[in-house]
Amino acid sequence: MTLTATALNFAYDTRPILQGAAFDPLQPGELTALIGPNASGKSTLFRVIAGLLTPSAGTVMLGDTDLATLPLRTRLKRVCFMPQFFAANAALTVFDVVMMARKNLSGWRVTTEDMDAVGEALHGAGIGHLSEAYISDLSGGQAQMVSVAQALIRQADVYLFDEPTSALDLHHQLDVLSRIRATISNRNAIGIVALHDLNLAARFADHLILLRQGTVLAEGAPAQVLHQPEIGATYGVDIHITTGPKEDLVVHAYAS
Amino acid sequence: MPTDTTPPLTAQGIVTVYRRRSGRRVALVALAALALFTTVVIDVITGPADLSFWRVARVILNPSVATTREEVIIWDLRLPVALMAVVVGAMLGAAGAEMQTILNNPLADPFTLGLSSAASFGAALAIVMGLSVIPGVGGLFVTVNAFVVSMLASLALFAFTRLRGVTPEAMILVGIAMLFTFNALLAFLQYGASELQLAQLIFWQLGSLARATWEKVGICLIVLAVVMPYFLSRSWALTALRMGENKAAALGVNVSVLRLMVLAGVSLLSAVAVSFVGAIAFVGLVGPHIARMIVGEDQRGFLPLSALAGALILSGTSIASKAITPGIVYPIGMITSLIGIPFFVSLILSQRKRHWQ
Repeated sequence: MTLTATALNFAYDTRPILQGAAFDPLQPGELTALIGPNASGKSTLFRVIAGLLTPSAGTVMLGDTDLATLPLRTRLKRVCFMPQFFAANAALTVFDVVMMARKNLSGWRVTTEDMDAVGEALHGAGIGHLSEAYISDLSGGQAQMVSVAQALIRQADVYLFDEPTSALDLHHQLDVLSRIRATISNRNAIGIVALHDLNLAARFADHLILLRQGTVLAEGAPAQVLHQPEIGATYGVDIHITTGPKEDLVVHAYAS
Repeated sequence: MPTDTTPPLTAQGIVTVYRRRSGRRVALVALAALALFTTVVIDVITGPADLSFWRVARVILNPSVATTREEVIIWDLRLPVALMAVVVGAMLGAAGAEMQTILNNPLADPFTLGLSSAASFGAALAIVMGLSVIPGVGGLFVTVNAFVVSMLASLALFAFTRLRGVTPEAMILVGIAMLFTFNALLAFLQYGASELQLAQLIFWQLGSLARATWEKVGICLIVLAVVMPYFLSRSWALTALRMGENKAAALGVNVSVLRLMVLAGVSLLSAVAVSFVGAIAFVGLVGPHIARMIVGEDQRGFLPLSALAGALILSGTSIASKAITPGIVYPIGMITSLIGIPFFVSLILSQRKRHWQ
């Protein structure tokens, strides 16, 4: 099963955000990084794929299914979208909110199985010690890790993460992206992560999509995309790529 | 950063702590229910007529042993009042909990959006102008007027928010506009009212359980039986809403529809409650706050406990309204705040976390 977008158009009132955004089929088990400068339409593209916004033109296909034909609830069960921020003044504990994500609005009762799954998820994510903390007391980074845990506890075909690492320190950036990558691969699901850090994108993604002003400028393997001249032009910087000590790509950016 | 003295290290440890908290939550709800039962019993055995606990219990369990006087006092006066306090308190507590949830505003209560001023205006129409909105309802026309005008106000609110977008901001702003509109209209009627009518109107607004009858208790129970299962069935969605619209929408919650449906439920609960007993504002605000401080905002505990807390406050008030001056039953609207506020303030002071910011 692959995920494909063709010629997506979307505008807020008269301000066009997506203009013919399209990408080649994304393969299951692979992690794709969606990169692009601020306001290039990354979040909007995610919302259109998830079905939270309706495009004025274009389709999103998951396998043979046109996602537009599914009811929203069904669609959101197959496409798990993690928004960038959440409001956190509620008197809910971390355990409560991850349980809420697991129950996914169905079934009032919480079973032992549910509790074990949430316990495992929190433990695995390294936030077990926060389990009984109120979300209003979390730091930005902790809240982001809870958000990722909420997304990963759900079983879906497609996972969309809107900047899951923007508030995290180095250690946790690597940790969260490794976990996302491993989960996508284990579940043979399709994963897209919006990232600002090109080095992280190069390191963790199998595939890159470069978005600029609502159009996909380049897509393909990280080495291929990062070596294209468009990338510097898109971000308005000079970009040089070198190879790091572990045969990884290292992106150097200089103000132009 | 929150610090836990003994951080649970294993997945099972995490589950154990959660289980313990869930168990405590169930125990607290049970305890609240028990406390409520106790207040109801006290409410029934206290009053101007001196009847002992055992005599009251016998009359309730076996009505045939009662003298006519006892039957009237217990079955026609005290029981309806005691039960009315419970059902109206539960209605206001539940309505307040969901109003705070959908408006994402801890200062919201069932009356934030002008529903009680609308009800007062409806009652004033009846008392001052002798005008019945629905003809042919006979002696109940004050109540029916209050209910109908209050529901009309919430319908108008509905229509406005549909036009303007179903956001908490739009709902609150339109609600405040309604509040002032109805207050102004009410002032107009008061200005033209006779002294007798004015006294009657103020007495109505103060809120009183003395107008309770079995029929009214029954109607309240029916409304609760319709609205509460709906609220409970939307528990996860409402909990999700507390994490913000985006998060809830990403889980598949249709936020606008949820807000409108819950608003309809809240309107029905508060309109019925207010039209029967008058404006008792404090319960719908404080009941949910007490519940939130005790069990948090997982709706599965929050909603039942908000309702129970509301019922407890009003039942306690009913007792206090008789106990302050023997022989006089004060209107409960006056008493609610007086006995509720010290308790509420002590809860605020003892709580480290502030979720209403």
